[in-house]
Amino acid sequence: MVTKAVWRPDIKELARIEGQKRPVESGHRLCAGCGAGIIMRQIAMAARKPLVWINATGCVEVATTIFPYTSWNVPWAHNAFENAAAVGSGVEAARKKLVRAKRFEGDPDIELDYDVIVLGGDGGTYDIGLQAISGAFERRHKIMYVLYDNEAYMNTGIQRSGGTPFGARTTTTPVGKVIKGKPLFKKPIMDIMVAHGIPYAATVSPAYWNDALVKFRRGFETEGPVFIHAFSTCPLGWGSAPEDTVKIMKLAVETCVFPLYEVIEGEYRLTGPSVSIAKNPDRKKPVEEYLKLQGRFRHMFKPENKWMIEKFQEWVDKQWETLLRRAGY
Amino acid sequence: MSTPMVGWKDLPMAAVPFLSSKEYPTGEWAVFQPKIDENKCVRCGLCWMYCPDSVYRWDGEGVPVPDLEHCKGCGICAVECPTKAIEMVRV
Repeated sequence: MVTKAVWRPDIKELARIEGQKRPVESGHRLCAGCGAGIIMRQIAMAARKPLVWINATGCVEVATTIFPYTSWNVPWAHNAFENAAAVGSGVEAARKKLVRAKRFEGDPDIELDYDVIVLGGDGGTYDIGLQAISGAFERRHKIMYVLYDNEAYMNTGIQRSGGTPFGARTTTTPVGKVIKGKPLFKKPIMDIMVAHGIPYAATVSPAYWNDALVKFRRGFETEGPVFIHAFSTCPLGWGSAPEDTVKIMKLAVETCVFPLYEVIEGEYRLTGPSVSIAKNPDRKKPVEEYLKLQGRFRHMFKPENKWMIEKFQEWVDKQWETLLRRAGY
Repeated sequence: MSTPMVGWKDLPMAAVPFLSSKEYPTGEWAVFQPKIDENKCVRCGLCWMYCPDSVYRWDGEGVPVPDLEHCKGCGICAVECPTKAIEMVRV
């Protein structure tokens, strides 16, 4: 049951609350310009109740809790790639049991009314953790799974994952005579998650912060499993300039490489700038604008590799057409 | 004389980091750091919103203040500032 009420985030109030609570502290060792840093702050901003944060292995986990330092002022647990969603389910089920057993009733130190958030990278979601997520969604646990998608295993040294797009240079799909970057396309993770029949699924770009915060809040308010696919620029792995992080996030939406939409009880609905692109197709930018800012696609701009850009554009157009049909445009 | 083995009940619950990362000065990484022109600033708060390092302190009213001890100098704030009030200066 997805709530219909729309929360209107007020940036000034959010700043005041964050200033007092500081859910994510400075001094973590994410790279300069990392998109995941923005995503984890925005999740904490959208929270309405105390959070229990379950983190799969990935950049965020490695960078925020280098012993003896921690960046978290919320209860936080690190898990392996495989079991993050399973631990999230367990934390959620434990709450139900403790409430039913009246174990900590009247104890002022223990708050049992909390939301469970599971944060995983694309390696932990597309590839390794998929079965745990599938299980958690099938059991209908009230957890919010946020995937921050930086499109490769950035933490271990930029190996390709199921989320790496076509043509991207990674250390396991290098550009040479035999192959030119990854020869295959991205796995349709949203379709897989929507097929579980979950009440709420959405794509989020932190650059459109208003849209992102509304979706995170709606995810917390939904009674049941929630999947959120967040787009995260990686300056190191993508070969982009650190200051262009938010610009690339915006371009991904404007070129329809990463359209913004939400799926409420199986019904597709476009949000944010994707609505205006759907109504006015002239506003859709060519993918070159998105690709040219990133070093991992540089080989595509050589004259002999022009077909790669065309193939990429063809794939983007096909995905976008499918989405438009589903959303009823 | 061997020391008795430590039982599992005596071990700590998990590996718990105990210091806040704000004691780690990531500002040392920076080559450029932001400087805000107070006259150009319109107090929209986008620099605060887009900062990946929670560096900006903003009470919602005045000019946001960057905490240069932790700023890694990525420059997102300077690019996204709508009035170009932020300049990245070499430290």
